[in-house]
Amino acid sequence: MNIVVCIKQVPATSQVEIDPESGTLKRMGAESKTNPYDLFGIETALRIKEKLGGTVTAVTMGPPQSEEMMKDAFSMGVDRAVILSDKKFAGSDVLATSYTISQGISAIGGADIIICGKQTTDGDTAQIGPAIAEHLHLPHAAWVSEIVSIDNEKISVRQNLSDLTQISEMSYPCLITVDKDIVVPRLPSYKLMKTTKDKKAEFLSFEDMPDKDLSRYGLVGSPTVVERIFPPDKMEEQVYIKGNAAEKAKAFYEILTAKKFV
Amino acid sequence: MPYPYNKIKSEDIEFIKKVTSPDRVWSGDDIKKEYYHDEMPEYGVYPPDLYVEAVSAEEVSAIMKHAYERNIPVTARGAGTGLAGGATCKFGGIMLSLMRMNKILGVDKQNLTITAQPGALLTEVADAAAAEGLFYPPDPGERTASIGGTIITNAGGMKAVRYGVTRDYVRCIEAVMPDGTIMTFSSNVVKNTTGFDIKDLIVGSEGTLCIVTELTLKLIMPPKCTETLVMVFDEIKPCIETVPKLLQTPYIPTAIEFLERELLEIVERCLNKPFPVPEGNDCLIVMYDASSKEELEAAAEQAAEIALEMGASDVKICNTPERIGSVWSVRGAILEGMKADSQAQEECDVVVPRAKIAEFVTAAKEIGKKYRIRVIVCGHAGDGNIHTELLRQNLTDEVWETNTKACLKELYAKSKELGGQLSGEHGIGNGRLEYFEDFISKRLYKLHQDIKLAFDDKLILNPGKVIEFK
Repeated sequence: MNIVVCIKQVPATSQVEIDPESGTLKRMGAESKTNPYDLFGIETALRIKEKLGGTVTAVTMGPPQSEEMMKDAFSMGVDRAVILSDKKFAGSDVLATSYTISQGISAIGGADIIICGKQTTDGDTAQIGPAIAEHLHLPHAAWVSEIVSIDNEKISVRQNLSDLTQISEMSYPCLITVDKDIVVPRLPSYKLMKTTKDKKAEFLSFEDMPDKDLSRYGLVGSPTVVERIFPPDKMEEQVYIKGNAAEKAKAFYEILTAKKFV
Repeated sequence: MPYPYNKIKSEDIEFIKKVTSPDRVWSGDDIKKEYYHDEMPEYGVYPPDLYVEAVSAEEVSAIMKHAYERNIPVTARGAGTGLAGGATCKFGGIMLSLMRMNKILGVDKQNLTITAQPGALLTEVADAAAAEGLFYPPDPGERTASIGGTIITNAGGMKAVRYGVTRDYVRCIEAVMPDGTIMTFSSNVVKNTTGFDIKDLIVGSEGTLCIVTELTLKLIMPPKCTETLVMVFDEIKPCIETVPKLLQTPYIPTAIEFLERELLEIVERCLNKPFPVPEGNDCLIVMYDASSKEELEAAAEQAAEIALEMGASDVKICNTPERIGSVWSVRGAILEGMKADSQAQEECDVVVPRAKIAEFVTAAKEIGKKYRIRVIVCGHAGDGNIHTELLRQNLTDEVWETNTKACLKELYAKSKELGGQLSGEHGIGNGRLEYFEDFISKRLYKLHQDIKLAFDDKLILNPGKVIEFK
């Protein structure tokens, strides 16, 4: 099984701040880490490999510093790392980024299954995964919360969509984006870190892309203009129930009844 | 001795209402049942006759003066998160809550201290310090404890390896004596040889000597970065023997926690919280704080190398908040997991010299087997405070009660034999009362009694806790 997992280096701070003037994300300091959602992708990929055999290749698009993140991926057990890095890729929006990654995956010979995290903690669009699949004309399932079954022919996954749960079955090649808590990501191993210390990530540039139409990459290939970034309205609400145990139980029962849960 | 105490009469209630406020005084059945016990109802459920919420040292003083004259027992209470059955009215009387005295009175950046009232929560004190760029390290895990409660029980916690215990941070205490006198013990100074250090005696006195009404605590500069390692072993012996080796490096670990696979499986099974390290039978969770990334990496590398030399199958690295959280959240859920997995629990909170941890752990397992009690050992390996949990499974009430007592007796004897102590951080309270005298010797017990009498000649403060007068 040839497994590709797409990962991204994000600022190490968990609080992403928005510049009120420009409406863009503030990139804080030099500290960075692997996008936490992608760790679920790496773990899913490693478990598939442990079950069915094969290789796990981590692919990212980003500056040369992404190599640091790849060392972390090697310490988790990833076999191969590919960094798509070129000044021509700079300023990419969702469309150009997903296109570049799809081209990068083609350049390394494609994959049986591509796994992405649900979203990143800095971009938050949750669109890159499905967009890569569309560029590659692959079946895809987003927001996967469980791999129901998997063998060498096909994969069946549970998708937690906003108001329904869907079981999707796909044959290879295909792409999934995994939700957090699908699995508990393993921690990097000090032993693996030592043995992979000299292991290098492979760098691919614009020249290595099968499609050399410059208008598809970087700022030129990015039609998106960000007018404003703001946090979404809260979909969840908290209700505090007061009273003694019996009153609270009664009030709670009434809420559950009103929502038709009981 | 002044037993029996006087029962509270309506005149007493009227007086207390007058010196406080009628809407802060409850009596009889109007008192909420949560005030009958602390977090360990196993160690006693006692209804107070009167429950009062004080708002000032002057109110506390007026109540004490009255109680002293009338010979009525008084038990001060914070958030009620104690684990020794300490903050309960064993002989009835007045339960005096300090939870309305909850103000942070200020952070002194020049002296690096914070002053607070006893009812402020530990988390509020830590947050107030953090807001000024400072750090209050004591962290017994229960962040909703009142700061006064943590001082009066000398709360420890797992970060004691690097930062010490609560007593190490107490600069100054204002307290009300049993006769109502308001006193100040020490002041905002770093050193003090002006007579006996009575302040340090009050810390950990479990509310038996006086009632703390204001505290000044030492703060330090916070660490800049943190990392956690999980050291994975197949056997317990090399795992525990790694602990002293880790302490023999120039880098002081913040915490060293020991966990068995059995316990991790309980948390996963009962609370659906899987540990991110599925391999190995025993593990050490080791936390390092540092002032620079370089220092942190050097500390982690040296620790990891030591572990591998000692026979660890691997060392896992938690270098992001998510990874650190995935490990510590499981550690934090242990008590809850054990409660879900057994009909009843009893905890032995011994502390042994660090070099004797392995010996104690092995002995504890054997002792448990002898009494058909499932013994799970976990806890603060870095400071020798081994929480030995006795879990009840399929035993009748009678057998459970007899066997836990016999089992505890042997565990305490083993701790003593190894040069350890009866309790490392939970205290004596009511729960360990029956084992205390034997453990410390008659002469030392008498000294405790004499100290108690020097503060509280009528024995009205939290009577029947820590020490008894028969």
